Amino acid sequence: MEKTIKKSSLSISNNGLEKKPAAKRLEVLKTYKIYIGGQFPRTESGRYYIPVNAAGEKLANVCLCSRKDFRDAVVSARGAFSGWSGRAAFNRSQILYRMAEMLEGRKAQFIEELMKQDSTKSKAEKEVNLAIDRLIYYAGWCDKFQQLFSAVNPVASSHFNFSVPEPTGVVAIIAPQQDSLLGLVSVMAPVIAGGNTCIILASETKPLCAVTLAEVLHSSDLPGGVVNILTGKPAELQSWMADHMDVNATIYCENNSEVQQLIQQKSAQNLKRVFLCRKELGKP
Amino acid sequence: MALAKPYLTIPDFTLSPRIDQVGVEERASRFTKRSIKKESKMNGLKLVLNMIDLTTLEGKDTDGKVKQLCYKAMHPHDAIEGIPTVAAVCVYPSMVKVAKKALGDSGIKVASVATAFPSGQAPKDVKIRDTRFAVNEGADEIDMVISRGKFHAGEYQFVFDEIAAIKEACGEARLKVILETGELGTFDKVRRASDIAMHAGADFIKTSTGKIQPAATMPVTLVMLEAIRDFYYATGKMIGMKPAGGISKSKLALHYLVMVKEVLGDAWLNNEWFRFGASSLANDVLMQIVKEQTGLYQAANYFSVD
Repeated sequence: MEKTIKKSSLSISNNGLEKKPAAKRLEVLKTYKIYIGGQFPRTESGRYYIPVNAAGEKLANVCLCSRKDFRDAVVSARGAFSGWSGRAAFNRSQILYRMAEMLEGRKAQFIEELMKQDSTKSKAEKEVNLAIDRLIYYAGWCDKFQQLFSAVNPVASSHFNFSVPEPTGVVAIIAPQQDSLLGLVSVMAPVIAGGNTCIILASETKPLCAVTLAEVLHSSDLPGGVVNILTGKPAELQSWMADHMDVNATIYCENNSEVQQLIQQKSAQNLKRVFLCRKELGKP
Repeated sequence: MALAKPYLTIPDFTLSPRIDQVGVEERASRFTKRSIKKESKMNGLKLVLNMIDLTTLEGKDTDGKVKQLCYKAMHPHDAIEGIPTVAAVCVYPSMVKVAKKALGDSGIKVASVATAFPSGQAPKDVKIRDTRFAVNEGADEIDMVISRGKFHAGEYQFVFDEIAAIKEACGEARLKVILETGELGTFDKVRRASDIAMHAGADFIKTSTGKIQPAATMPVTLVMLEAIRDFYYATGKMIGMKPAGGISKSKLALHYLVMVKEVLGDAWLNNEWFRFGASSLANDVLMQIVKEQTGLYQAANYFSVD
């Protein structure tokens, strides 16, 4: 009897912080916004969609980007291009390495998000590790590919003739729908390693890692506008991405031959380079 | 004619109306909420292009640069038909002759800045000679700057007399008076300077030289448009308006058109009474026109450098 009285007086003196059977705390859910020009705006369209995982759980409210978001992203990618391509290759390499470091520090969050998006713990860990390794791999490439792909060409006249690879420009990327983190990193890293800037449309059904990756990029000394990440439906945006006259290359990673054809045809309007990744990228 | 009389009497400029800053800013922001699409957008864009004073005012200007700009003024984008020319080319007095010759009989006006642009810190006789020189070289329009220092010192009579003297030196040429609102500080002063300029004989009032930030903004333009409206009601005389500097996107230019229409009405919606002082605006408008026609977002490298 004495004991119980003591106990209850103790819980009062504790200001209700410990012992009281408190009301369940409201979870603070993350707002998944898009990444344009180093900022995190919402879509200008004000539209959202809710991707669902295999268990039927709602993942988040995600921006359903419109063509105007893409247009704005192209403007900032174009604006960032001269600065980024003009940087010393070694500096680009440092920044890619920094991304890997930052990603390493937030591993747990990515693993959790991947597991929400139907991955198992071991697979998720493997995917994040591979994504980090891949960033480091391309960080190494930044100041090495020029030497390897340049050539002094023999010519039959008194000229010195040489070829060097130059950045293509602004690249529009539709990221792989599966492997939402590793696939995205695998298409993004070589693009920016080469001095290009890009607009990436994240996986429609698994967009969580893409938005979190944007936060990693944001804290990695990567200048705003070099990588822009949108979320939404490829079916809505793909033709705008292939149409835009200020985009110099398109990357599409699925096997849908109709879409491949559409992208190739539209890209011909201003002779965009088209990369169709026929195999799924980055399978562990 | 009861209208002509008040114009002859010069008011006390210290009594110019005071401006409600919050109200003006709110009203100006409302003009940006209008939605202009499809056909009206296309017409608006063409009108904007036709109102542009294509400008190059740099120390590094050469004959070649001015000639190139004049060609751009006459042929903004030959790849598509039905595109109007710009209204005028705006240069320094030393480049007027080159511009005049390059433009020939295209109907595009040559505007010249004068009066020790952009600071205006020179003696009156130098300013008058500067103006006469530009007019003799063939300038159709003169863009003068007011003496902001004297204005801030409260010497309104000095500012008034100077504008009147330059107006006289202009002869046939139309006079645009640059207030340089970025240096005036408050809307009250913008309104007062507008009133001085209009009473002293300005044909146009213009916001800025483009050398000072902030240049033209919508609220400041609204204050000036309202001054023009009040002046018109008082005297029956129409005065033109030219916002200059900082307008580089067609969307913003369309907002300005909305503002002109809703404050002054259709009579001002032509390049006789409204101009944009800009250089990069022209290409943005062209890109939007081509986007409307082809449905494709455009890239700057398919348009001529300005």
